[in-house]
Amino acid sequence: MSTDVIVTVPSRRNRRWFSPLTLGCVLVTVVLAACALLGPWLNPFDPHTQDLLSPSRPPGDGHLLGTDALGRDILGRLIEGTQAALVGPVVVMVGGSALSITLGLAAGYFGGRVEAVIMRLVDLLYAAPALLVIIIFVGMVGGGYWGAVVMLIVLSAPAGTRMIRSAVLGQRHLPYVEAAESLGMSKPRIMAVHLLPNIMPTVVASALLEFVAALVGLSTLSFLGLGAPIGSPEWGRMLTENREFLELNPWGAIAPAILIVVAALSATVLGDAISSRLSRGKAE
Amino acid sequence: MTMFYWIARRLAAIGATLVVLSFVVFALLYLAPGRPEEVLLGTRPATPETLAAIRAKYHLDEPFLAQYLHWAGDALRLQFGESIQSGQAVTAVIGERLPITIMLAAYAVALVVVVAVPSGLLAGARPGSRFDRAATMVSTFGFGAPAFVIGIVMLYVFGIVLGWFPVYGGGSDDLLDRLHHLTLPALALTVSVAAIVFRQTRAATMSVTHADYMTFASTRGLPRRLVWGRYRLRNSSLPVITSVGAIVAFFLTGAVVVEQVFSLPGIGSQLVGAVNTKDVPVIQALALLMAAFILLINLICDVVYLLVDPRLRKAMVA
Repeated sequence: MSTDVIVTVPSRRNRRWFSPLTLGCVLVTVVLAACALLGPWLNPFDPHTQDLLSPSRPPGDGHLLGTDALGRDILGRLIEGTQAALVGPVVVMVGGSALSITLGLAAGYFGGRVEAVIMRLVDLLYAAPALLVIIIFVGMVGGGYWGAVVMLIVLSAPAGTRMIRSAVLGQRHLPYVEAAESLGMSKPRIMAVHLLPNIMPTVVASALLEFVAALVGLSTLSFLGLGAPIGSPEWGRMLTENREFLELNPWGAIAPAILIVVAALSATVLGDAISSRLSRGKAE
Repeated sequence: MTMFYWIARRLAAIGATLVVLSFVVFALLYLAPGRPEEVLLGTRPATPETLAAIRAKYHLDEPFLAQYLHWAGDALRLQFGESIQSGQAVTAVIGERLPITIMLAAYAVALVVVVAVPSGLLAGARPGSRFDRAATMVSTFGFGAPAFVIGIVMLYVFGIVLGWFPVYGGGSDDLLDRLHHLTLPALALTVSVAAIVFRQTRAATMSVTHADYMTFASTRGLPRRLVWGRYRLRNSSLPVITSVGAIVAFFLTGAVVVEQVFSLPGIGSQLVGAVNTKDVPVIQALALLMAAFILLINLICDVVYLLVDPRLRKAMVA
């Protein structure tokens, strides 16, 4: 998963990397990744046992965040749901990045008609309200959670394509590209081996933006009843289900809300940190 | 002359886009699971007679293209048939709910303009200052927090714990009561949209801060109000205007979510309700309405862009 890459970035002596904010975000990412990978097996709080005699209780009685309407432990369900909440956004990040890297490289490198066609398409999709389109299509045609994931990949790629294309345009006429061309290297090789590493900061930045957009988008869909299936401990879904009991145990809805925001913020901050780190490495 | 020619061309392009979109929207009827007459019948009992009546009423026995033309012709006259759920005319059902959404949107737009644009200008004018760092952090927060999360938290804090605002519904038709009910939803909508507008404004302002004309304007002693208004505001508004289209799309999505959070009877919650009950005629009408709205806003932006930037007007005449 992407999160593993983040922790293994060599931490050379650099003030920026040790800024408390970045460090905190790394920590959050590690914890969330651990919950997502191990949560279903090594959950210290039982998320399944129902206790119908103590529904929607506030924190206490061995339940750190209280219980939901069926008397299940909120904290346990949050940990259990980490996987459900993060797997979709990670898939969108990977798929969307693959799509936007391909399209962005092709548009920026080939130019001409290829670029015109790609960018026309991108502009068309860019103005579309992605979530509304998904609400209507997934709601009417079906496809459920994974249908929404596929549509998000397609609808979120335009933003990344734009970013990557303009980064490629900045590199396109630099001597190293022309050198590679004059050596007779194949175009795919130039794009993958020479151009791609040089636009890495942009690629990372756009990938993490895509992750944040997908996290926000998919949890919104779950909130509206169109994403994760009923009963899933996915955070957006949990929030909806516990919303009615806000007065009895606010944590049932507030805690998943906080988790969504914290996950999105960490990804944003890490994206900034990594891409500025990478572009500094280039300059050295 | 060229400008009118240009606008006419844009209008034609918008018309063409609407035609293509309307085709997709019409096809929703066929994309929905089940045969179209069953979809249109909804939960009413399906007897051979009722099915035949529906087929006749919606011209379902004619070829696909003819059906589309019937539907599109009616749509042009703002007739989208009857809601499957309520049996009332779709136009009436939507018209009933439109005012509250328009009011919510106007309220939130006013807040965004008052909050996000000035703070974006200030932050962009002095990047790195304490204000800039604080505002940027707040906007990062707003960027990562989905509208429904902000809505729920506000609802809990201001609605339940403090009890300052009502937590449910749109209130009565009395203006003050309506505003009271709409304040929390409008704030929730504002937080998520303002973050984007702030970032755009800040970036745009930063890009002009060190421009030669700015330095020249202040060195030759122009009053601050002119430097800010005529030079900074006008030049930094260009990139913001370009992104208004995307912001509006974001705004619409936010409105749908916020209406759902606060149980407001607007067209956003109507869309979600219609999707959940597979009320195809209502969805078709709402989808076309929203598409037309977004395209119209984009057109207005293009025209405003021309008005603000004389270089573009000159380029078009040349």
